[in-house]
Amino acid sequence: MLCVICYMIFYQNVSKIYDGCAALDKVNIEIKPKEFVSIAGPSGSGKSTLLKLLIGEEKPTKGKIFLDKQNVQLIKEKDLPILRRKIGMIFQDFRLLSDRTAYENVAFAMEVAGSSNKEIEQDVPQLLELVGLAGKLTQFPNQLSGGERQRVAIARALIHRPAVILADEPTGNLDLLNTWDIVRLLLKINELGTTIILATHDREVINNLGRRVITLDKGRVIRDEENGRYIF
Amino acid sequence: MNIKTTLLRILKSGWQSFWRNLWLSTATIIVMILTLMGVAGLSLFNVMTQAVVKSLEEKVDISVYFQKDAEKGKILEIRQELMGLEEIKSVDYISQEQALVNFRERHKDDAMLLQSLQELEENPLEASLNIKANFASQYESVANYLAQDRFSGLIDKINYKQNKEIIERLSRITNNIQKGGWAISLVLALTAIFVTFNTVRLTMFNWRDEISVMRLVGASSWFIRGPFLVEGVIYGLVAAIITLILLFPILYFVSPKITSFLPGVDLLYFYQANFWQYFLLLLFVGAALGGVSSFIAIRRYLKA
Repeated sequence: MLCVICYMIFYQNVSKIYDGCAALDKVNIEIKPKEFVSIAGPSGSGKSTLLKLLIGEEKPTKGKIFLDKQNVQLIKEKDLPILRRKIGMIFQDFRLLSDRTAYENVAFAMEVAGSSNKEIEQDVPQLLELVGLAGKLTQFPNQLSGGERQRVAIARALIHRPAVILADEPTGNLDLLNTWDIVRLLLKINELGTTIILATHDREVINNLGRRVITLDKGRVIRDEENGRYIF
Repeated sequence: MNIKTTLLRILKSGWQSFWRNLWLSTATIIVMILTLMGVAGLSLFNVMTQAVVKSLEEKVDISVYFQKDAEKGKILEIRQELMGLEEIKSVDYISQEQALVNFRERHKDDAMLLQSLQELEENPLEASLNIKANFASQYESVANYLAQDRFSGLIDKINYKQNKEIIERLSRITNNIQKGGWAISLVLALTAIFVTFNTVRLTMFNWRDEISVMRLVGASSWFIRGPFLVEGVIYGLVAAIITLILLFPILYFVSPKITSFLPGVDLLYFYQANFWQYFLLLLFVGAALGGVSSFIAIRRYLKA
């Protein structure tokens, strides 16, 4: 019997079926606090679905998902925003608000949580400086490079000092140089105590991390190794 | 969360989005201006049809002619009685002498007629009451009222019967003009509302990705919806103000043409005299149209 209390994130026998097709099939995963876990697998293996279930964007067809001892399924729709403020999300397509500047994109995440103007004015520039965007506060997303946009997204994900960051193919749209910048940034964030779940099919990235790797194929966990590698 | 801060943020965000997407805002506002023009135009059209109906109705009256031996006092009593009826707008008493004066005046160029009148020993004309009702449809009941037995010894004839067909036809026409005016107004207003709603919906469709991002960073439904509602209301208000201004030059050119066609109808004057009513009407319709359209349009993107 697994102990829910010991884990930060716990997928218990989770299945997700879309139109008769299983995106996830009886998945069991436990993730401890401060872990850096890569979810590997080809496109369509269920990586993104796994993350969507954790933030309540989708509901599992079967099974339970716990985040910080809380059953995500049981959270009411109106309370989902509170759950999402505890989780930092980073995506392949950055998902920034196109009509807001870098500063405003990060500030928005604080505004929705009700932070005061003073806190926002203090924290946002600090965080953008931390991700290396000190001089780009007033730039709009279309004036930034891919790597810079992803840094804005990381700053936004960090703004609530979340216990966990979910990164869904964060380097998928980036060149080699920017890819490693982002990976180093994620490692640094992990060293400071944040759990990181990185979903990617980038072989190079996974093999060079030397951390835990959970491999998915056709919705099933086929491998779960400490210090794992991308094997297909 | 501090409600004042949240409200200010929502207002600021809506205002910012309005300015930063000026092309989209302009396109939506233009459609809304057309809608509001329609609303104002239809209201002015109704003013016009009512004026036409009124002027037609004013041309209709019925006259009651009294026996020559009817006493003036009795006739005035009947006049008084008629004045007490709801349907009656005015009752004018025309004495036998006045009727003769009027007749002479009317036929002053007809020497033969005047001469034959002179040859008569007594005044052949009868005293009468000229009755105007509020609406053409009410003459029937006035005529019926006067047909009571107690008046039969006094009244010689009521010319309603002769005019009945004309009065009834006029009554039907005025009713139809008014009904038709309202039906056209309703259909056009619904069409305009539908077009505006779809325009706002397209604007929201453009924002669907942004809305999903807002949800992912933990924004509550109201925090997402708020700025869009503000933006929708701003569209409506700006469109209303532009419409109010544009109506001046439009009416300045159109109004004299209508006046030459329908004397007594001055739309520019009517608009100026009722400007504040129009101001409130268009502002309210604009804001409601923008706000409600945004509210409905955004609902589908807010699920989970």
